[in-house]
Amino acid sequence: MTVTSLADIAPHHLAPGRGGGGPAPTRIVVAYGFWIFLLSDIILFSGLFAAYAVLANSTARGPTGQQLFDLNTVFIETMALLVSSYTAGLAMLSAEWQHRSRFFVFAALTFVLGAAFVGIEISEFAGMVSEGAGPSRSAFLSAFFTLVGTHGAHVTTGLLWLLYMVAQVAVKGLRPAILQRLLCFSLFWHALDIVWVGVFTLVYLFGVR
Amino acid sequence: MLGHGILHLHDRAPGVRHEESTVDFLTYTAGLGFAIVLTIVSFVIVKTNLLWGPGIPVGLIVLAFAQIGVHLVFFLHMGTGPDHTNNVVALTFGMMICFLVITGSLVIMTNLNANMMDMPHPLR
Amino acid sequence: MLGRLSWSSIPFDEPIALVAGGGAVLGGLAVLALVTVMGWWPYLWREWLTSVDHKRIGVMYTFLAMIMLLRGFADAIMMRSQQAIAVNGAEGFLPPDHYDQIFSAHGTIMIFFVAMPFVVGLMNFVIPLQLGVRDVAFPVLNSVSFWLTASGALLVNASLVIGNFSRTGWLAYPPLSELAFSPDVGVDYWLWSLQISGLGTLLAGINMVTTILKLRAPGMIYFRMPVFCWTALASNMLIIAAFPILTATMAMLLLDRYLGMHFFTNEAGGSAMMYVNLIWAWGHPEVYILILPAFGVFSEVIATFSGKALFGYRSMVLATLGICVLSFMVWLHHFFTMGASADVNAFFGVMSMVIAVPTGVKVFNWLFTLFHGRVRFTSPVLWSLGFMVTFVIGGMTGVLMAVPPVDFMLHNSVFLIAHFHNVIIGGVLFGMFAGYTYWFPKAFGFILDERLGKAAFWCWLIGFYLAFMPLYVLGLMGMTRRLQHVADPSWQPLLLVAELGALFVALGILCQIAQLYVSIRTRDQRRDLTGDPWDGRTLEWATASPPPSYNFAVMPDVEDVDAFWEIKKRQELDAVEPSYEDIEMPRNTPTGIIIAFCAVVTGFAAIWHIWWAVILGAIASAVVMMVFGWSEEREFEIPAAEVGRIERARPALGRAA
Repeated sequence: MTVTSLADIAPHHLAPGRGGGGPAPTRIVVAYGFWIFLLSDIILFSGLFAAYAVLANSTARGPTGQQLFDLNTVFIETMALLVSSYTAGLAMLSAEWQHRSRFFVFAALTFVLGAAFVGIEISEFAGMVSEGAGPSRSAFLSAFFTLVGTHGAHVTTGLLWLLYMVAQVAVKGLRPAILQRLLCFSLFWHALDIVWVGVFTLVYLFGVR
Repeated sequence: MLGHGILHLHDRAPGVRHEESTVDFLTYTAGLGFAIVLTIVSFVIVKTNLLWGPGIPVGLIVLAFAQIGVHLVFFLHMGTGPDHTNNVVALTFGMMICFLVITGSLVIMTNLNANMMDMPHPLR
Repeated sequence: MLGRLSWSSIPFDEPIALVAGGGAVLGGLAVLALVTVMGWWPYLWREWLTSVDHKRIGVMYTFLAMIMLLRGFADAIMMRSQQAIAVNGAEGFLPPDHYDQIFSAHGTIMIFFVAMPFVVGLMNFVIPLQLGVRDVAFPVLNSVSFWLTASGALLVNASLVIGNFSRTGWLAYPPLSELAFSPDVGVDYWLWSLQISGLGTLLAGINMVTTILKLRAPGMIYFRMPVFCWTALASNMLIIAAFPILTATMAMLLLDRYLGMHFFTNEAGGSAMMYVNLIWAWGHPEVYILILPAFGVFSEVIATFSGKALFGYRSMVLATLGICVLSFMVWLHHFFTMGASADVNAFFGVMSMVIAVPTGVKVFNWLFTLFHGRVRFTSPVLWSLGFMVTFVIGGMTGVLMAVPPVDFMLHNSVFLIAHFHNVIIGGVLFGMFAGYTYWFPKAFGFILDERLGKAAFWCWLIGFYLAFMPLYVLGLMGMTRRLQHVADPSWQPLLLVAELGALFVALGILCQIAQLYVSIRTRDQRRDLTGDPWDGRTLEWATASPPPSYNFAVMPDVEDVDAFWEIKKRQELDAVEPSYEDIEMPRNTPTGIIIAFCAVVTGFAAIWHIWWAVILGAIASAVVMMVFGWSEEREFEIPAAEVGRIERARPALGRAA
């Protein structure tokens, strides 16, 4: 039987949620695939969170979170990443509305804020290492550096990806294929901020008590 | 991926709104506002005595979940309609796994550590 | 310059490793030489190595699995022989150092490079055909996944020739796997090859879930999908959920070994127990990842060869989803003896028994499907019947060990070995062999020789029971696992029986190799001309054998479960020729194989501490991804006229004779 038009498909095929309407459009397929990739990434983080939670008190009579964490710095980092998530959303909006220059502005803001986050984190790590509180000092510190560092590595990868996307938009414009990729980027960036909520709460705020 | 492009009216890609409108800008801005407030409150209850001490961990977790919810709804546009079903089911499954892994590991490891013999010179 | 790699890394002083490794290298070189001399490279490159067609990729996965089965089985027969000989003071022929590498390699290869690729390969080939669509959601990613898996396999085998493999068992428990106790490259080989192939598996899981949920023929609502697709969905959901935990845990061990961290070390607060906990949080779902697709194969095979619809479709689906969720709630049963208190052990013990219930539901559904059916006892059905008896026994021993006090006696004895081989061989492997035989005609256009197939089945069945039933008895008598030599001479008779079993299995494998050879030689007499050699029920049998690259010229409209059976019943096969349209297909691309090359270089360099090569390899991988990520012309069109020509060239569709 040939399906030549929507009318050939009886209404019951389009029952929402039952999925009888045939293959979904590419945009939805790509976004859904990326969404479940992100969920798998979050499960990876949960493995690291579990390790951190278990090892949080294994300081081997070395430095503790209370001694090391500076909540002011963490607050600034958190705000930077949060606002960058906002500007990334606005960049996405601008792209969907085909406003190239606005897209570039918001993309630049996102990059700057994200880079600030990474910069602050690197200087925090460097400070800790120079005090002898590096990742090989104790299990707690191994878990801390790995959990927070993996998040930071994801953010750094995101920044490189953002640069790459800006280049694609500059050369190719805001075509549907490019918009699809930008959608994936924005999903990624928002998800990283969600993970950070977990990190600053469970690592830093719990850790200073 | 290679479908005949039959228009599928009943699914929504994660992170995408239905139509362009200024509502979207307001959604993002509201989300940012809520998230900032929740963040500040978290930091405040840790640095001050506003919340009863033993209640702070619970409070922090509640605030964290709330903020994650804000991100999901305002930034990622997660909804509850039938077009969101796949996305929400996936998210729920993922959250369940995270919960099982983190809580399960904590319960198991705490239990194991409690049953370990006392060491003459504890390493921790 | 070359890290810790040197000439002494090649095992010149170990005759067995040298012969085995040398043989493998020479064999590989011979194959490459043959391909070159015969001029097959252009064909191979164009049609297989750069293919993004799920059917080709599925075949390559299966081929990889079968080759690695030979390696894994070679390890097995060496172990069996060593244990049969090295009794009561006899030395055997494998020194402990070597024996430890063999059992570690055996487990690692069998799980990661035989069972997983076999399962993923079958799912890859079948799912889009059963869903009535043209390919998976992300064809290029599919190719990348396969090549990453192959890279991991290559690295594991490289350890035979350069360096050594790990001696820490297939799961590399710390502190033995930490730098302090395993300073050489063995554990690093294990870690890097599994990280690379694990990434491939995770991406394949994402691909499959997206395909099953978002790409189905019109009218195929969830409850009209074949049961194999449901079990594949559950299995791939588990892959997405579990593999990140494996990645994280192995990453932590890597960080301990490379950067001196203390996740699992004995000092500075590390917790080796946490490794066991996390690795089994992955490890238990992993076995369900393997068995669920096998259950799906049995559902398809039993329904087809009984000539009846599968009994209890909805309960099958619910049982599958139930197993999927429950599989994340039982993992502590792998370490009852590690010291948790009674209430924690009891909880996981009870959950482990609960998870047997949905499996029981499935077994009853299969039995009820067979009941009152006109059963054709083909070799896929034999594999299925063999599975039902064997798997139930294995499952029962599992439920027995789910009782913590019993497990305290049996943990890490050969009773445990017998149990898991019982369920993996009787369950996963029998399922894969059934599926291989069942879908072979669809893939290659001719049917496998039935007599040799049946001979293989009987050899495997007899071999399995001879090899593993003695191990149950030995386990109860107190024999532990992984013994390089045996002190108690009263165990030897049973070990000799087990050795006999291994020889029967070897015979079974020979039958399978012969089956393939004979079938290829006589393929013209065993052609499947209708596309439907078994009078099948699901959509894959509506296509030609082998299907054209686009699978379906016109996507079928689905109105029922067992869609193809309904089409046949309504006699729509001879309907008017449809009007064809242009079909968009994805282009082939070398992205997958190039990324694999970069992965192998990076992994090998990381193992041997060749840091400049690690950096180069990583950068190269990133560059390949960026080059691919920039492109947009990823599809090409098959004109309607060409589609029509291909379809008209197909022999007439008809019911199986």
